[in-house]
Amino acid sequence: MIRFTKVTKRYPGTNDALSEVSFHMAPGEMAFLTGHSGAGKSTLLKLIALLEHATRGQVIINGQNLAKVPRRRIPYVRRDIGIIFQDHRLLYDRTVFDNVALPLIIEGFPEREIGRRVRAALDKVDLLRREKAYPVTLSGGEQQRVGIARAIVTKPPLLLADEPTGNLDPELSAEIMALFEQFNGVGVTVLVASHDLDLISRMGRRMLTLKDGRLVGDTGAGAAA
Amino acid sequence: MNQEANDRLLLRERARPADSRLATRLRTWLLRHAQVFFGSLGRLARTPVSTLMTAAVIGIALALPTGLHLLLQNLQQLSGGWEGAAQISLFLREDTSEGEAEALLAQIRKLPEVADAEYISREAALAEFQRLSGFGEALAALDENPLPAVIVVSPGLLHASPAATEALLGRLRALPAVDLAQLDMQWIQRLYAIMAIVERTVAVLGLLLALGVILVVGNTIRLAIQNRRDEIVIIKLIGGTDAFIRRPFLYSGFWYGLLGGILGLVLVGAAVIALDGPISELAGLYQSSFTLQGPDAATVGLLLGGGILLGLAGSWLAVGRHLRAIEPR
Repeated sequence: MIRFTKVTKRYPGTNDALSEVSFHMAPGEMAFLTGHSGAGKSTLLKLIALLEHATRGQVIINGQNLAKVPRRRIPYVRRDIGIIFQDHRLLYDRTVFDNVALPLIIEGFPEREIGRRVRAALDKVDLLRREKAYPVTLSGGEQQRVGIARAIVTKPPLLLADEPTGNLDPELSAEIMALFEQFNGVGVTVLVASHDLDLISRMGRRMLTLKDGRLVGDTGAGAAA
Repeated sequence: MNQEANDRLLLRERARPADSRLATRLRTWLLRHAQVFFGSLGRLARTPVSTLMTAAVIGIALALPTGLHLLLQNLQQLSGGWEGAAQISLFLREDTSEGEAEALLAQIRKLPEVADAEYISREAALAEFQRLSGFGEALAALDENPLPAVIVVSPGLLHASPAATEALLGRLRALPAVDLAQLDMQWIQRLYAIMAIVERTVAVLGLLLALGVILVVGNTIRLAIQNRRDEIVIIKLIGGTDAFIRRPFLYSGFWYGLLGGILGLVLVGAAVIALDGPISELAGLYQSSFTLQGPDAATVGLLLGGGILLGLAGSWLAVGRHLRAIEPR
């Protein structure tokens, strides 16, 4: 599902944000990406989501070489990736319902289907009661869950999360992780960037560790902690 | 909601809208367009003052050439009326007898280009001259009537253009009994020349103002794009195509153009109403039944359609230039 081959990303005038990173995640796998801030976690996720292009090396997602995706095809690649952002990235002038419905509207789902899927997704993150609320009236944790509902509402084959539990208390964090595991359980590939080592180690999943842009640790597919 | 049903819905194989029937997809597509279409109007309505200000700028820019065009139309109508009244005076040779003159009159009346012709005998001409000129007594002192007989020819409306009238004049001048044929057409030709200049001016002005409208709409849309930068980034992040992102801005341009067109129409209408009274008063003084014509259906259509097209062009320009520059980071 995700294959990095000697991927280097260099921003002009700086050291390599990523250098020579190679790893492979099979479809249906779940892994954590960890490392100190500035180690390259965000850059790696950005490469997958086509927010950046690799300076050298090859990134293949879902069988597609991202370097060969033309500009106008980029939206269609992104539709297969549910992304959960650290800063939520919600539309603050729309209700919770409309925020979660946005990916379905973009893909042209019929109205009836949208209502059912959005409510199912909101129910999953326990925010069904707040569907008519505006994001500003929600707490940070609730906003994060709206972002999660938006990422899973189309059931994309790949789920990326950048520090999804950064604003949540431990109990809620565990719930969110359980949610990711549930999706992983039905075949969704899940890659979560997090520095919450406590939580990660308890999950017992594959762990990719970045340090100064280099992949310094990989517990390997299916490895248990 | 039933937890199990939810899970089945969310966790089953990824459903794609392309799986649904064509009719459903078409209905969804139309619904989305209608939503964005009216949604962009609603968005404009939420900032009524700035929307009206933009629409007013467009309206004024559209009203100016439209008003001039209307003026021209009225002028053409007016000059058309005058031209019909343009007359050719045929001064007959002194030796022409009454009988010959009558025969000539009948002959001229049969010409297809001629609407009417009138014979004024030497005596009648003298009487009229005495009455109108104020030289009555001086004329009475003359032994002989110095005035020639005249046939006044009115060209038909169908042949009222300057060139056709000129041709008719040439034919009449060639008649043997005619000593002198006169037509004062210069003022008509001058009027035509002036109208041609005004017409060209309207075209140039219209072109410049149309460009102005495109730039105004373009700039307004550019600001709207900047204000919604975060939203555009988010939509791009979750897979929105350029067309999807472009749509609300194009519809905004449509609404600006339409509102501007309507405002321009109101301005022109107000000007016509304001001018109507004084102009019919002036026309009354000239015993003319002339009334100011408002914009006809074609002009209204052109104004509204033109406004919409310019609005779309302006927003297309802004969208094309600025959307590409906004990429998620």
